[in-house]
Amino acid sequence: MGFFGGVAALAKGFATTLQFAFQKKPTIQYPSVKKQHAPRFHGLHELRRYADGKERCIGCELCAIACPANAITVIGAENAPDDRRSPGERYAARYEIDELRCIFCGLCEEACPTDAIVLTPRFEMADYRRGSFVYAKDRLLVPPEAGVGTAPDERPGGIPSDVGQVIERKSTVDIAAGYGATHRGEILKTERKGLAG
Amino acid sequence: MLDQTPWWLIVLLKSAIVLAVVITTFAYSMLFERKIMAWMQLRPGPNRVGPWGLLQPAADAAKMLFKEDLTPGTADPLIYRLAPFISLLCAMGAFAVIPFSESSAGLWGVANVNAGILVIFALTSIGVYGISLAGWSSGSKFPLLGSVRSTAQMISYELAMTMSVIGVLILAGTTSLVGIVHAQQRVWFILPQIVGFLIYIITAVAETNRAPFDLVEAETELVGGFHTEYSGLRFGLFFIAEYLNMITVSCIATLLFLGGWNAPPGLGFVPGLIWFVLKAGLFIFLYIWLRTTLPRLRYDRLMNFGWKVLLPVATLNLMLTAAIVAYAG
Repeated sequence: MGFFGGVAALAKGFATTLQFAFQKKPTIQYPSVKKQHAPRFHGLHELRRYADGKERCIGCELCAIACPANAITVIGAENAPDDRRSPGERYAARYEIDELRCIFCGLCEEACPTDAIVLTPRFEMADYRRGSFVYAKDRLLVPPEAGVGTAPDERPGGIPSDVGQVIERKSTVDIAAGYGATHRGEILKTERKGLAG
Repeated sequence: MLDQTPWWLIVLLKSAIVLAVVITTFAYSMLFERKIMAWMQLRPGPNRVGPWGLLQPAADAAKMLFKEDLTPGTADPLIYRLAPFISLLCAMGAFAVIPFSESSAGLWGVANVNAGILVIFALTSIGVYGISLAGWSSGSKFPLLGSVRSTAQMISYELAMTMSVIGVLILAGTTSLVGIVHAQQRVWFILPQIVGFLIYIITAVAETNRAPFDLVEAETELVGGFHTEYSGLRFGLFFIAEYLNMITVSCIATLLFLGGWNAPPGLGFVPGLIWFVLKAGLFIFLYIWLRTTLPRLRYDRLMNFGWKVLLPVATLNLMLTAAIVAYAG
């Protein structure tokens, strides 16, 4: 590369940075503008109820067994005949999830035989003390008026407004097209094609 | 009324005004740099403090003021504390002799020195002591390496810079900055001195320790270079000095090569001060653009470039200019 080649290369570099200065910025101004998540994004847990207000959880501890991170603690107890918390024989006397241990894999959701535990799209859980990340029933159990849906996006009472539903800008992931629409998805697709050919 | 006012009061008032304007310019050129750099890197830049981040400089200043001022145990306390002031005073002093504009009432500037350009070069040369002493007195490895680099870099690039400027001095026939601007009323010196202009721009970047010649700071190799150990307000003083130097060399480039406050042909109705600010701002933008575009030079290449390319070309340019002026005049 001679003198003129060098000058041409410099000019190209300067043109690139200048051109970038006028491009639309992909930044999402997070606290004021929130990105739209996939409807079944794995976030904070919720314990759901039946239409009559009874808790779905029957204290079977299958979620605690399925949990790969040992984040769930369930202590079941017999329902008292005069004060039935759940339709089954037993209910969860204590139900705690350590959200710092949780890896948000959703296996508890899969394991639950009564669709009691679901992962909501809520992801803003920041707090000042480690202890406050242990969520007990007082924070996990939805209020009776929240409805009976069994999936995060099937909640009749609607998903609370603080779970990132502000739609200002298109998400980097096209929800309809799924993972294939992302840049990395494209790379994977072409790589696979190469392997097949 | 002006005749009865003592001269020292006028100078004092002028200095205060210039200093206030220059410090404000510093604050906003910092914000300008962060914004432009962010845009070129596809980020929005600071936008949380005030509308468009306009109060960001004030927030930064408050932060600097309240940060802890540390002195390492191995540092030479007196020189360590003195160094930032040397840098800052020299950087500020240069503005005493820079003429910003001219009107029928007189000169817009603190002093009209008949050897203005020499005063500025002398001051910026002394300013290098601030950086060298800071690194040397920190009693720490990385700052020492930074200051050694700074000494070598300044010596090599100052030579080429002075050579490139002498061409302009020969054409103008004066070392007074006002005289140089007056000499450019017909043709700006960027046309006859295009080589000198390019060399000046390159060396000026090296003189102010800015990317891609920021080997003195070199975050990736030397932590922070000469100011690694500095914190709080003292670090802030170095920061101010660096930006003031950047503004100074932009002003000098405007005065020497772009005709100072002379308007381009046909646009004489716009005041000279606006032209001066626009031209100097153009150079500041160029600096930021350089920083975002070019990676840092390797140290041996920096030295090679300075001694084997810039200095010979600058000398040739100077000799050619001198020969032409001698033949024509």
